[in-house]
Amino acid sequence: MSFLAENFPLIRDAFLTTLSLAVVSGICALILGTVLAAMRVSPVPALRGLATFYVELFRNTPLTVVFFFLAFGIVYVDLQFPSRFITAVAALSLYTAAFVCEALRSGINAVPAGQAEAARALGLDFRQSLTTVVLPQAFRTVVPPLGNVWIALAKNTSIAAGFAVADLTALLQRLSNSAADELALVFVAVVAGYLVITLPSAWAISVLERRLAIVR
Amino acid sequence: MTSRPNGEPLVRLSGVNKWFGELHVLQDIDLDIARGEVVVVIGPSGSGKSTLCRTINRLEPIEKGEITIDGERLPEEGKQLARLRADVGMVFQSFNLFAHKTILENVTLGPLKVRKQSKGDAEKRARELLERVGVTAQADKYPAQLSGGQQQRVAIARALAMDPKVMLFDEPTSALDPEMINEVLDVMTSLAREGMTMVVVTHEMGFARRAANRVVFMDGGRIVETAEPETFFTNPQSPRAQDFLSKILNH
Ligand SMILES: Nc1ncnc2c1ncn2[C@@H]1O[C@H](COP(=O)(O)OP(=O)(O)OP(=O)(O)O)[C@@H](O)[C@H]1O
Ligand SMILES: [Mg+2]
Repeated sequence: MSFLAENFPLIRDAFLTTLSLAVVSGICALILGTVLAAMRVSPVPALRGLATFYVELFRNTPLTVVFFFLAFGIVYVDLQFPSRFITAVAALSLYTAAFVCEALRSGINAVPAGQAEAARALGLDFRQSLTTVVLPQAFRTVVPPLGNVWIALAKNTSIAAGFAVADLTALLQRLSNSAADELALVFVAVVAGYLVITLPSAWAISVLERRLAIVR
Repeated sequence: MTSRPNGEPLVRLSGVNKWFGELHVLQDIDLDIARGEVVVVIGPSGSGKSTLCRTINRLEPIEKGEITIDGERLPEEGKQLARLRADVGMVFQSFNLFAHKTILENVTLGPLKVRKQSKGDAEKRARELLERVGVTAQADKYPAQLSGGQQQRVAIARALAMDPKVMLFDEPTSALDPEMINEVLDVMTSLAREGMTMVVVTHEMGFARRAANRVVFMDGGRIVETAEPETFFTNPQSPRAQDFLSKILNH
């Protein structure tokens, strides 16, 4: 235990890094994913095609490859991210946005077509009917799948460790080298760190799900 | 109601054709609807009644022909189309009230978002309309908590809140339990009496006789016969209308 106390600042910083990776990427992915989902259901074929291409590209590329590209490949196009943290956020956001988009799109498809028709018949334009009628109903049905995307994202942040971001997984690597005899404790601390991020959100998701449920 | 109102047609369909893939659902439709006129559209299942109704606010685009409302040609897409749709009220068979909004919010949504009315004005008017259709007590409930008849009356109030020039009804009573049909038809009849221009797809002959100026009989994507309700029901001219009426009258 004193081992953990000694290393507390390290553990705390690693935990905060993982948490902020997940939260910042989560917010970016939610925004980008919503835009992509809107594109996928828009009446403009070019926008639909672009969004479909994006989703298929990122959904079918391993996240590590996305990281590699942003960390090293991107120098070929004369662009470099100002920090490793931002590189990691970019990789996680771009990748996760594809999954957010798919979760939202399935939610949009679950909203009966008559809802959007009634909105259009009232004179709402595409954007208005999406934002005031379709998406609010879609978000309710997508809380569980979005929750899964969030948990996957929280765990996926660990790939950043391989790209020199000092997160929980990087801490595990570092301490297991320097303090091999305390390995079990280190494991417990790291796993607890991830659980602290994912468990409360699983709980929040089920509460949200019940709060937002709509009767039909 | 026997005399046809005069003046420029409010809605004009000329040479309208529509296909669903291979299926030619609307064939050379010509139809003028005068201001204040009530037209009932009747015909067998699959004859294109709903499609006709939905082309008038361009929920269904057409491939050929022209539709004008108040002299203005229906725009293809975008903001102008949305603006024109605001002037055309629509009532669906399945009500389509916004499930996540209260009854009051359902009625104020259009005025707030499209007409940019203030919240106070929109709510005042919405309450008047809800009173008119007899669902004042339900204003703060959600659609699923209302009966079908109540939901459909709210849907009518929602459309009326936009002060439409014309109202489209696509089988507004066919999803209702029999005991709720009249409460909806009564609202529609009083609307017709007050001079609302209406296109109503329905098989309710009582309503057609009471409220309609004209009956349009469709079959196979064409308008086969047009007549005053009394004439149409008692003395249909075309064999297909005779056949159709004998079937629904025997039920
Ligand atoms: N979205 C669509 N895609 C393809 N075919 C369609 C579509 N909507 C309608 N149809 C077909 O077009 C024809 C006319 O349909 P429509 O719904 O206008 O008929 P209707 O007269 O309203 O029939 P009903 O009395 O059953 O409501 C039918 O054969 C129908 O199957
Ligand atoms: Mg129909």
